[in-house]
Amino acid sequence: MTSHAETHNPALLHHFATEEQQRDSANFGMWIFLATEVMFFGGLFCAYLIYRRWYFGDFAAASKSIDALLGGINTAVLICSSLTVVLAIWAAQTARRGLLLLMLVLTMIFGATFLGIKGIEYKQKFDEHHVPGATFSFEREEIPGHPGQYANPRHAQIFFALYFIMTGLHAIHMIAGLGIFTWLLWMAWKGRFTPEYHTPLEIGGLYWHFVDIVWIYLFPLLYLIDRHP
Amino acid sequence: MATPTAPAVERENYLNKHYGVESWLLTTDHKRISLLYLLSVTFFFFIGGIFALLIRLELLTPQGDLVQADTYNKLFTQHGMVMVFFFLIPVVPAVLGNFLVPIMIGAKDLAFPRINLLSWYLYIIGGMLMLHCMLTGGVDTGWTFYTPFSTAFTNTKIIEAGLAAFVAGFSSILTGLNFIVTIHRMRAPGMTWSRLPLFIWAHYATSLIQILGTPVIAITIVLVASERVFHLGIFDPKLGGDPLLFQHLFWFYSHPAVYIMILPSMGVISEIIACFSRKRIFGYNFVALSSIAIAVLGFLVWAHHMFVAGISVYAALIFSFLTYFVGVPSAIKVFNWTATLYKGSIRYDAPMLYAFGFLGLFTIGGLTGLFLACLGINVHVTDTYFVVAHFHYIMVGGVLMGYLGGIHFWWPKISGRMYPESWARLSALVVFIGFNLTFFPQFILGYVGMPRRYYQYPPEFQILNVLSTAGSTVLGLGYLMPMVYLLWSMRYGKPAPQNPWNAAGLEWMTQSPPTTFNFDQEPVVTWEAYNYEEIDHAQKEEVPVAG
Amino acid sequence: MFDNFPLWPERASKMAANVDALYIFLLIVSAMMTTLIYVAIVYFAARYRQRKGEHAEQIEGSTPLELTWSIIPLGVFMVMFLWGAVVYFQGRTPPRDATEVYVVAKQWMWKLEHAEGQREINELHVPVGSDIKLIMTSQDVIHSFYVPAFRMKQDVLPGRYTVAWFHPTKAGTYHLFCAEYCGTQHSGMIGSIVVMESAQYQAWMSGSQGGPLSASGEKIFAELGCATCHRLDSQGRGPALQGIFGRPVQLEDGRIITVDENYIRESILDPGSKVVKGFKPVMPTFQGLVSEEQLNALVAYIKSLSPPAAAGTKTASTSAPASAPVQGSQVQ
Repeated sequence: MTSHAETHNPALLHHFATEEQQRDSANFGMWIFLATEVMFFGGLFCAYLIYRRWYFGDFAAASKSIDALLGGINTAVLICSSLTVVLAIWAAQTARRGLLLLMLVLTMIFGATFLGIKGIEYKQKFDEHHVPGATFSFEREEIPGHPGQYANPRHAQIFFALYFIMTGLHAIHMIAGLGIFTWLLWMAWKGRFTPEYHTPLEIGGLYWHFVDIVWIYLFPLLYLIDRHP
Repeated sequence: MATPTAPAVERENYLNKHYGVESWLLTTDHKRISLLYLLSVTFFFFIGGIFALLIRLELLTPQGDLVQADTYNKLFTQHGMVMVFFFLIPVVPAVLGNFLVPIMIGAKDLAFPRINLLSWYLYIIGGMLMLHCMLTGGVDTGWTFYTPFSTAFTNTKIIEAGLAAFVAGFSSILTGLNFIVTIHRMRAPGMTWSRLPLFIWAHYATSLIQILGTPVIAITIVLVASERVFHLGIFDPKLGGDPLLFQHLFWFYSHPAVYIMILPSMGVISEIIACFSRKRIFGYNFVALSSIAIAVLGFLVWAHHMFVAGISVYAALIFSFLTYFVGVPSAIKVFNWTATLYKGSIRYDAPMLYAFGFLGLFTIGGLTGLFLACLGINVHVTDTYFVVAHFHYIMVGGVLMGYLGGIHFWWPKISGRMYPESWARLSALVVFIGFNLTFFPQFILGYVGMPRRYYQYPPEFQILNVLSTAGSTVLGLGYLMPMVYLLWSMRYGKPAPQNPWNAAGLEWMTQSPPTTFNFDQEPVVTWEAYNYEEIDHAQKEEVPVAG
Repeated sequence: MFDNFPLWPERASKMAANVDALYIFLLIVSAMMTTLIYVAIVYFAARYRQRKGEHAEQIEGSTPLELTWSIIPLGVFMVMFLWGAVVYFQGRTPPRDATEVYVVAKQWMWKLEHAEGQREINELHVPVGSDIKLIMTSQDVIHSFYVPAFRMKQDVLPGRYTVAWFHPTKAGTYHLFCAEYCGTQHSGMIGSIVVMESAQYQAWMSGSQGGPLSASGEKIFAELGCATCHRLDSQGRGPALQGIFGRPVQLEDGRIITVDENYIRESILDPGSKVVKGFKPVMPTFQGLVSEEQLNALVAYIKSLSPPAAAGTKTASTSAPASAPVQGSQVQ
C-alpha cells in the first residue's frame, strides 16, 4: 500500500484518519487483548480456588514446601520492572533517548532475573520430587497447624499441577514479554520513538504491567497459604 | 440515487487491482481476507458434510454395518469439531463480517488489517492440524471431549485435535478484538451508534462473546492436554480430581459459543428483511439491544447442559430459571422481524426466501430450546436425538440459512456479478424442505428414547432414521446447488450494478465490487439507518427487478 | 404406539405421566406459537407483496407492543420453569423406604446388585408397583443410566455415587440405554429393565443365590479389619458406626455434614478428608484395595446398622440406638 498524502507522520497507517485514532485504537486493542488474558488465566484461578477450598490442608502443606522467599524476591523484581517500564515511557515522552534505552534494558534484566529465579525454584521442586507425574512423591508431609496429620499426596499433586501450569503459563508470558521488549529496544535504538509517537512502548508497557499483575495474584495464592511467622 | 447500469468496461476494484498468489496471501485488504476465508470455510464445510453423510448412511440400518464402532465414533466427533470450530464459529463474522463491517461504518479497513490476516493464517494452521489429526488416527471423544474418558481412557489424538481448536480459537479472538475496536473507533463522521445497521450491532455483540468466552475453552484444552501428558489429577477422580469441573469449564465457553454462531446470522436477517420489505426493522432499538442482552445472558446459563450430570438440584433450578430469560431476547427478535413485514412492500428474491426459511426454522429451534430448559423434560430428552434436532435447527436452520441468505444478498457487491435468480430461489426451497425432512423426525426419535452418538439402535427406531437420512440427501443437494451456480456466476453471471436491490446502507454506495479502499472519499452520514422511504421516493419509476 | 414406528414412548412408571403432561403442555404452547408466527409471516408476505403504486409504511416500533410480547412470553416461560422444577424435584427425590439396587457401570456393561444379593448383568428385574432406588457409580468413565419408558436418566460418575429412582407401573421389558458417550461400545451398552408382577418377582428372587448385600458387606468389614477401630463398644480409635447413617455429624474443621452413601465411600477411600471431630486422622486408605462392588457391599452393611427409616433421609429424627453417639468424646 503506497500512501499518496505525504504530509502525515510516516508511522500513520493508511486506513486511519488521524494519528489520534491510530493511537486510541492500538491502546483499546491492547486492553481488549488483556481482557482475554484475564479470562485465560481466570479458568486456572477458578480451578485453583475450587480445589484449595476442598483440600485446604493438603494445599497448605504443599504451599509450605515452595520457597516464599524466592517468590517474594521475584515479586519485588517484577514490581521494579514495572517501574522501569513506566520510566521508559516517560523517557520517550520527554525525548530522553539514553534514559529510554537504559530503562528498557533494565526492564529486560529484571525480567530475566525473574525467570532465572523461577528456574531455581523449579529445579528445587524437581529435586524434591514434587513435579507431578511418575516421579511425584509427597509422603509424610505434615499439614501446618495439625501436627500428626499428613497431607494426601494425590491432593498435593493437584496443587503442584496447578502451581506448575499457572507459573509456567505466566513464565511463557514473561518470555513473550522479553521478546516484545527486545523488539522495542531495537526500535528505540533506531530512534523510532518520539514524544509524538511511542505507541508500541505504551502498549508493550500495558502488556508487561498485566503480566506483573498476574504474578501479584499468583504469589499470595500459591506461596502464602496459611503461613505463620 | 440514479438507477445504475451495467458497466461497459471493468473498473478497477479490489479483485483486479493486484494479481498473483502473493497479492492474495499477503493481503491486508479485509475484502480479500474475507474471500480467503470463504474458500477455507467452504472446504471445511465439505469435510464436515461428508462426515455427516457417512453418519446418516450408517444410521440407515439398526446394526452397525457400514463402519466399525471406533470409526463411527470418530465420524461424529470430527463432524462436530470441524463444523463447530472450523465452520459455524468463523463463517459469518469472517466471511460476511470481514467484508462488510468496515464498509458499513464508512471505514477503509478494519482497525488492525495485519492482525486480520494473522487471524486467517491461524485459522488455516488450526485447520491443517485438524486435518492432519483426522488423517493420522482421528479423535473419538465427541466434540465435547468429556473427562475422564478424554484424559485417561482413549488413545486417540486428543492433544493434536485440542491444539487445532486452540489455534482456531485465537483466530476467533483476534477477529472479535478487531471488530470491537473498529466499531468503536472507526465509524465515519455522522455514523452514530443509533445509525448503525443491525448487522453491526449483531457483530459487536458476537465479538464481546468471542473475546471473553474463547480464552476459557483455550485454558480448558491446556488443562486436558497437560493431564494427558503428565497424568495429573485435575479431572480424574482416581487422583482426587473432579470430572464435573471439566464440564463447567467446557460449557462456560461452549454455551456462549452457540450465540457466537447465531448472532451474526441474526444480523444478516435484519438487513435482508429490511431491504425486501422496503422498511426499517420494526423496533430497531429493541433488536439492537437484544443482541447485547443475548451476549450477556448467554454467559449465565452454561450448566443447563448438565442437569443430569450430577449437579445439585438447587444449581439446576438456578440455571433453568436463567435459561428462560435468555430465550426472551431471541423471541423479541422473531416478533420484530415478523412485524417488519406488516405494511411492507415485500419481494420474494432469493435472499428473502432464505430469510423466511430462517424465520421458520429458527422459530422451531428456539421453541424446542424451551423444552430443554424445562427441568422435568430435560431429564428425559437430554443426550438423545431431541437435542441433536434442536441444535441442528438453530445451527443449520438458523446460522447456515442466514449465511446463505447473506451470501446471496451481498454476492453482487462481493463478486460484481448477479447469481441466477431462479436457481437461487429453488435452492432455498430445496434446503428448507430437505432440512425439515432430515431433522424433524429426530425430535420424535429423541422423545421415544434414541440416545445420541449411537451407531446401532433397536429396530423400532429404523423408520424414523431412514426418513432422516432420505431428507439429508435432499438437504445435501440444496447445499450443492449454490456452490455450483455461485461459482458459475463468477464467470458467466450478469455484471452487477452498484445497488441491485436499491438497499440502504453504505456498502451499497460503493462500487460492485468495491475498490481497495472502499470509498473514494470518507462518507459523512446524515441519514438514519434503513432510510427506505427516502430511497424509494427518490425512485420515480418502478423498482427494477434485478438478475 | 406402532411397534415398528413408535411416535411416543411407552409409559411404564409413575413419573412418566408427569413428564408427558408437561411435554404435552409445551407441545401445545409451541404449536400455538409456531402457527401464530407462520400464519403471520405467510399472511403478511402475501398481503403486503410488492404492488405497483404501493409503498411500505415506515413504522418505527411500539414500546407497548415490545413490552407485551416480552412480558407475556416470560410469564409463560415462568410457568414452564415452575412446572418443570416441580417434576424435576419429584424425579430427583427418592421416596423413603425405596428398595435399593446398587449399580456399577463400566465400559461397556451394567452390573447390578440387589440389596438381597442377586447380581445381574445388563438386566434389572424389579417388581411392579414398588419404589426402586438406584445407587450408582462407575468403574471408569462417565456413563448415564437411561430408561425412556420411565422418563428417567441420571449420569453415573466415577469416584462418587449418584442416585436415581423409579416406580414401575406396568409389567414388561423396557430398554435400558447408556446415554453418555463412553467409548467404543457406547451404543452396545444396552440392557433391559424387566418389570414383573409380584408373584413372579418373588419366584425369580428365590431362584438366585447369594445372601443380602449387607451380609457380604459384613464379611468384608471383618476381613479388612475395620472392626479393630470401629468397635461396637465405642472404645475404638474410630467412630462407632451403629445408627450413624442419615444423621448429621460434626467434622474436625467445624463443618456439619450428613452421613450418606458418598460420605461413607469417601471415608473408606480418602479417610483424611472429612475426619469426625474428636478423632485422630489415623485411618488408612483403602483406595485400590476394594472394588466398586465391595464398596457397595460395605456401604450396604453400614446402612444396615441404622434403623431403616434413616436410610434415604436427611433428618435425625429417628431415635438413636443404645450404643454410643457418634460425636465426641472418643479421644484415644
